[in-house]
Order: sequence, then C-alpha cells, then structure tokens
Amino acid sequence: MDFAYSKQERRFQKELHDFLTKEVPTDIKSRMLGQIESESGQAFQRDFIKKLIEKKWMAVSWPKEYGGQAKPAIEQLLYAWELSYFHVSPGQTGMSVVGPTLIHFGTEEQKQTFLPMIARGEVTFCLGYTEPNAGSDLASLQTRADRDGDDWVINGQKIFTSGADRSDYCWLAARTDQSVPKHKGISMFLVDMKTPGISVQPLITLAGYRTNITYWDNVRVPASRLVGEVNRGWYYAAAALDFERIALFPWGRLEYEFDELVRYCKGTMRGGKPLSKHPEVRKRVAALSIEMSAMKLLAVRAAWMIGRNRIPNYEASMLKMFATEFQQRLSNAGMQIAGLFGLLPDGAPHAALDGLINYRYRYAVMPTFGGGSSELMRNIIAQRGLGLPR
Amino acid sequence: MNLDWSESQELLRKTARDFFARESPPAKVKQLEKTPARQDPDLWRKIASLGWLGLPFPEKYGGANGSFLDLVALLEEMGRAAIVSPFLSSVVLSGDLLLKAGSDAQKERLLPAIANGSAIVAVALCESDASYAPDDVQLTANLSSPLEGEELSKREPSALRGEGASVPPWRLSGTKLFVLDGLSADHFIVAARTKPGKGPAGISLFVVDATSPSITRAPLASFGGEAQAEVRFDNVIVPDDALLGPLHKGWPLVRAYLRRGALAMCAQMVGGAQQALDMTVAYAKQRIQFGRPIGSFQAIQHKCADMATDVDTARYLTYYAAWKQDAKQQNALEISQAKAWLSDAYRRVAREAQQIHAGIAYVDDHDLQLYFRRAKAGEVLFGDADFHLREVASLLKL
Ligand SMILES: Cc1cc2nc3c(=O)[nH]c(=O)nc-3n(C[C@H](O)[C@H](O)[C@H](O)COP(=O)(O)OP(=O)(O)OC[C@H]3O[C@@H](n4cnc5c(N)ncnc54)[C@H](O)[C@@H]3O)c2cc1C
Repeated sequence: MDFAYSKQERRFQKELHDFLTKEVPTDIKSRMLGQIESESGQAFQRDFIKKLIEKKWMAVSWPKEYGGQAKPAIEQLLYAWELSYFHVSPGQTGMSVVGPTLIHFGTEEQKQTFLPMIARGEVTFCLGYTEPNAGSDLASLQTRADRDGDDWVINGQKIFTSGADRSDYCWLAARTDQSVPKHKGISMFLVDMKTPGISVQPLITLAGYRTNITYWDNVRVPASRLVGEVNRGWYYAAAALDFERIALFPWGRLEYEFDELVRYCKGTMRGGKPLSKHPEVRKRVAALSIEMSAMKLLAVRAAWMIGRNRIPNYEASMLKMFATEFQQRLSNAGMQIAGLFGLLPDGAPHAALDGLINYRYRYAVMPTFGGGSSELMRNIIAQRGLGLPR
Repeated sequence: MNLDWSESQELLRKTARDFFARESPPAKVKQLEKTPARQDPDLWRKIASLGWLGLPFPEKYGGANGSFLDLVALLEEMGRAAIVSPFLSSVVLSGDLLLKAGSDAQKERLLPAIANGSAIVAVALCESDASYAPDDVQLTANLSSPLEGEELSKREPSALRGEGASVPPWRLSGTKLFVLDGLSADHFIVAARTKPGKGPAGISLFVVDATSPSITRAPLASFGGEAQAEVRFDNVIVPDDALLGPLHKGWPLVRAYLRRGALAMCAQMVGGAQQALDMTVAYAKQRIQFGRPIGSFQAIQHKCADMATDVDTARYLTYYAAWKQDAKQQNALEISQAKAWLSDAYRRVAREAQQIHAGIAYVDDHDLQLYFRRAKAGEVLFGDADFHLREVASLLKL
C-alpha cells in the first residue's frame, strides 16, 4: 500500500497550484464572482479557458487524437481538485459529459464537428434530461422526437435546464420509440439552441442563481445530430453520469470553504478571544477536518480504481453521497459558528467572509439531489455494492 | 499510489482469518471472556508458533521486521474475529516501548521472550482519573535504602547518581487501573512519579516483575471483553536498572504509546466493524418478513449503505495513518483523526447491526453482541472521540 503521489503527479499539482495562485485573484469577493453559477462568473470562466489552452491544460482526460492530454486518472483528480479550489471550471458540461460520450459513442462526423470546438472552449452546452415528471426516474421522460424525412421533430417540456439561456447547444434526451419499455426508447440529441421552437423561461434558485424551464415546440433537428445510434440514449446517459461523477465534482471548493472557515475562526474575536479558542468551535472544526480527509481518501480511491481499469460503481456513489452531505455539514457549521453574521449574504455590510458562508449554505442544499440524489446513491451502494436484493 | 495490500500481506490476512476462525471461534471467545484473566495460553502458544508475536521486531530479537501496515493487516483480522489476547499490550505496545527506550540488556532480556510467547508484558498507566493525562499518573517511585532484611538482586551502580555512590532501589507505591492484560502479564511497564507533582515532568517508566509479592492484582470485568485489571503496588522494590528510558522524562514515551495504541485499536475496530456489516448484510438477505427478504426494504438498504460508508471511510483513514507511520512521516494528526472517527463510526455500525438483526441478536449468546460490546470498549480505549478531537484541534493549530 502506498498513498504517495508519484513525482510526476506532484510536479503536475505544483505547476497547477502555482499557476492558479498567480492567475486567480485571491480575495473572496472575486472568487465568489468566479462561481460558475453567476453571470460575472461566466465571463471569468470564458477568459480563463484561453489561459488554460495556452498551458495545454484543457481536455486533460480525453485521448490525444481528440485534442486531449490523456492524463492518468489521479492527475485528472488533482486537476479537478486544484481548479475547483480556485473556482475555475473549464468547459463544464461539454468537457465532462458531451465530449467523453461522443468519444465513446458518437458518429465520426459528430466527433469531427464537436470535439475540437469543445477542446478549445468555443462551445457551451446545457443538459436537457430532467422533466416535470421525470426527475430521479429519468427513464420515464415524455419529451418526444418523431422522425420526419431527414429530421427529428421534438416536442415536450424540460425543467432545470441550467444554462439554457446562454448555451450554444442542448444535450437533449427524448423518446424516439413509444412502443418499447421505457429505457429502450430514448435517444440523445445535440440541438442548436437557436433552432426555432425552443423557448426558455427563468427559474431563480435559493442560492440566487438561475436555471430554466424549456419548452420544445416542433423543434426540427437534422438526423445527423442524433448521437450514436437511435434508442441507445439511456445507456449513453448512464455512461455520461459515470464520467461526471469523478472528474467533475468540485471537491476543491469544499477544501477552500474549510480553509476559509479556519481563517475566519482564527481571525474573528468573540467574547474577548478568537473563535478558534472556543472549545465548541475547536471541536466542530476538528470534526470537519476528519470528514474532509475521509472525503479526499474516497476520491483518491475512486480515481485510483479508474486508473487500474476497475469500475468504481458503488465507490463513486459513496463518494458523491459522502461529499455532498459533508458539504451541507460544513456549510451548516460555518453558519452556526458565524451566528448572526452568517445570515448576511454577499454584498451586505458585516457579512461573514463576505457572504461566502451564507452563499455556500444555500448552495449546498442542491448537490445532495442534483446529479443523482443521496437516496439513489444509497440504493446503489446497497444493491450493487453489498448485493442486497431489489 | 497503490491501495492494494502486498502479496505477502494478502497471505497474512488470509492465514490469520482462517486461523482465528478455526482456533478462536465466537463460542470460544465468549467462554474465554468468562474467565478472570481472559487469556488462553493454548491459543497464545499457537499464535507464537506462527511467528506473529515478533512481527514488528528486528530479526536479532527473534522478530520478522514487519511494517506497521503488516501489523494493521493482522490486527484487523483479530478485530474481525473479536479475539481476546494480549497481542496489543505485549507485542504492539510494550515491545515498541522497549525498542524505543530500552537498554540493550532490557531489550535482550525481554524482546525475544515476547516474540516466542514466554513473556507477556503489559503497560500500567491509568489511575483514578483514567484520563490518559499526565496528572493521572500519581503512583510514586521513591529512592530509599533497603529496609533491614530486604534483599536486592542485580543492582548496578547508576551513572545518574555518581560514581561509586551506593544506589538505593526504587520503591513503587500506588494503584493502577485499567491495566490491559494485567492478570496474565509477567512484567509491567509502569508509569510512575519520580518527582512529586503534576504535569508531564517527573514521570518515569519502570519495567517491573509482575510476580513480586508486593503486587496484588484483581480483574476488572469490562463488558467490552478485553482483559482489564486493577494492580496495586505496595512498596514494590525494583532495582535501578529497571528504569526504562530517561529519568523524569518518560511522558513523551507515554504519548507515543498512546498514539500507537490508538492506531492499533483503529485497525482492530475496522476489522470488527467490517464483520458486523458482513453479518448484517448476510442476515438481511436471508431473513424473510412480509414475504420478502428484509434486505429488499429500502429502510434497511439505506442503513446498510451508511454502515458501508462508515466502514470504508474508517478503513482508509486508518490505512493512511499507518502508511504515514511506515513512511516515517508525522502522523499524530492522522492517528487522532482516524481514532476520533472510528470511535463513533464503529459504534454506529454496531448499533445499526443490532437494529437490523433485532430480537435475535439481543439474545445473550448471539455473536453480534461481541461486536456491540467491542465497539464501545474500542471507543473509549486510548482516547474517545472528544479526546482525539481536542488533539486534532491543537494539531491543526486552531
Ligand atoms: C439548481 C438545479 C440545477 C439543475 N440542473 C439540471 C440540468 O442542468 N439539467 C438537468 O437535466 N437537470 C438538472 N437538475 C435536475 C436534477 O438533476 C434533479 O433535481 C434530480 O435529478 C432529482 O429530481 P427531482 O428534483 O425531480 O426529484 P425527485 O426525483 O422527484 O425526487 C424527490 C425525492 O424522492 C426521492 N426518490 C426518488 N426516487 C427514489 C427512489 N427510487 N428511492 C428512494 N428515494 C427516491 C429523491 O431522493 C428525493 O428525495 C437541476 C436541479 C437543480 C435544483
């Protein structure tokens, strides 16, 4: 057993860290603006991608023939960790979901068209999975695509289509066969968001950022934009979720939040002494540090398994569940330690850590259900991991 | 990065699992728990013949030069089988204190004997507070001349107290509580005050013959199953060469002992928690209620998923701390993180295991109770979660 990173891994991590330390403004306010969810954050991300391309630090997980860097799994993890610590999120959906799925299952023409654009950060995608009546039970989706000549015609409604208002394409799941069992009649489409018939309505979240409802009214999509083969969409989506779970969860953000909380505790006086000298605060922060270490170890384990070509199915679910639930405990501890000052959001005078604590508390509500709820993760651990019967 | 066991460690794990399943099945463990000393000489001899009692020692003391992770592999299996033995006290802890601080003579005398199973050495630390804090050490060691008629063997002049001076022996007086394997021990390593007072200064360690007539011992029947004893030292006379490590400055050794004990305990607890989980999953697959296996109920599945998460996180926190130990890196923080986590995690796992088994495992002779009881004992031994969270807070420089 050996937990040490190799020389190459350490060098990569250090290069990334030094670069990001230099290039990303350090104060919390500008990091908050860097949040991918906000408008100004989007602009920051777009600019930053140019710098990453210069350094050949885009598409680190992709094979070389598609413009990627073919980095081993552990280095992918370090990459995701470092970048998310600094709130940089390159390429997002295109990089993590669309690209890998096309690499594995796309037609040659789709690969040629989309992969270079994604690798250069020139194109953005939103994910059109969820519908009002299809959340966790995604396979029950009702948005339909009917063949008409060389086109598919799409009709239906999606919800929580985040980024639909500012994306070039939608990675859309629709039913292409009504007559077969629900998993077997779904296909994936690459839909240009400028196509007539798409309308986008905002939904503002608890954390203040925007997601959307999208309506699809006789939207015509050329047959060449059906991903891979017809009716295989469910399997592509499942594979895409696996790509997403390791590489793209922003683990580093949690470490950043923890580090900032420690800084806050050391630098904030209460009752004549720093918060960090209050026994109950010390105990809370110590306990969080342990969960932080546990989360890192689960992440390292999953990445290590991928590097060994072992499929981390329950291990990836355990990681997702543990990390997102830890994030809630972490942000809640921050709120409890900050007391009344935690009630104040970004922009309010006296806000604890310029509103970071408050923002994260609101943000952390979502990841335990977005991208596969904790309950589903527990089902997977119990059934796939422990072999309990359905 | 490599998170697999080595081939030889895999072999050790498998051999140990088979051996304990055969030689120390739960029924035998429960019998053993009912005896005062909680030590099975027969099992001990067999373990000795496998060479495990010298696992961490250098070859010249009859050891196998094993790493800490080798110990973890073995301790995990001991925890899985919930065995009762002085392995932790004698081999993992006393052996290490002797290696760290012993004179050549002390090492040569005791280490080979520990390794071949002919001597059991136990550490006597806790007293009336049982707090693992220096203030708890109040047993006194005084220098004074022999009383009339008293015999003293093996006395050697001490460089500490000047050339040619006649060296009076040490006299140990006080009562130790929670001496792990205190009844089966042939020797004690005793923490004593060589200077009166409180705090870490003035504490020294002594190696004491446990069969001295001035020592009385009585079992403390811990419900955890481990062999605890109360040991009274009534003016026990020990020679000058019994001092282990530096005079007055023994506390850092005690700290090292506590950390090592905590980490070794973690390894055992990981094994125990895994076993409780495995038993529970097997039971949930087979127990039918309402016409289906209870393991198909989501309420049960989610408990099992949480237990598995507790076990996996505990496992890697422990392995990580152990790996750091072998890599000669500072690991006090990682040890306290692991022990704080395990103290709660094993208890949670054992409790949920009881809940899922329900009535049948509440019956006294069900094997699961071994783990329920071990979990609670493991929680408090070598510092509970509160103790180690305080350590973590200081080590994080909060
Ligand atoms: C801010 C935000 C952004 C999002 N962005 C996107 C996006 O870009 N694209 C997209 O497609 N989707 C997106 N989503 C949707 C997200 O993926 C869904 O919220 C998620 O899949 C859960 O679906 P649901 O909300 O309909 O909950 P439901 O599926 O209705 O679940 C409700 C509750 O029931 C539980 N439950 C459901 N099934 C089971 C089961 N089998 N066993 C036990 N419990 C169960 C769930 O765990 C949950 O607690 C976003 C959501 C939010 C809030």
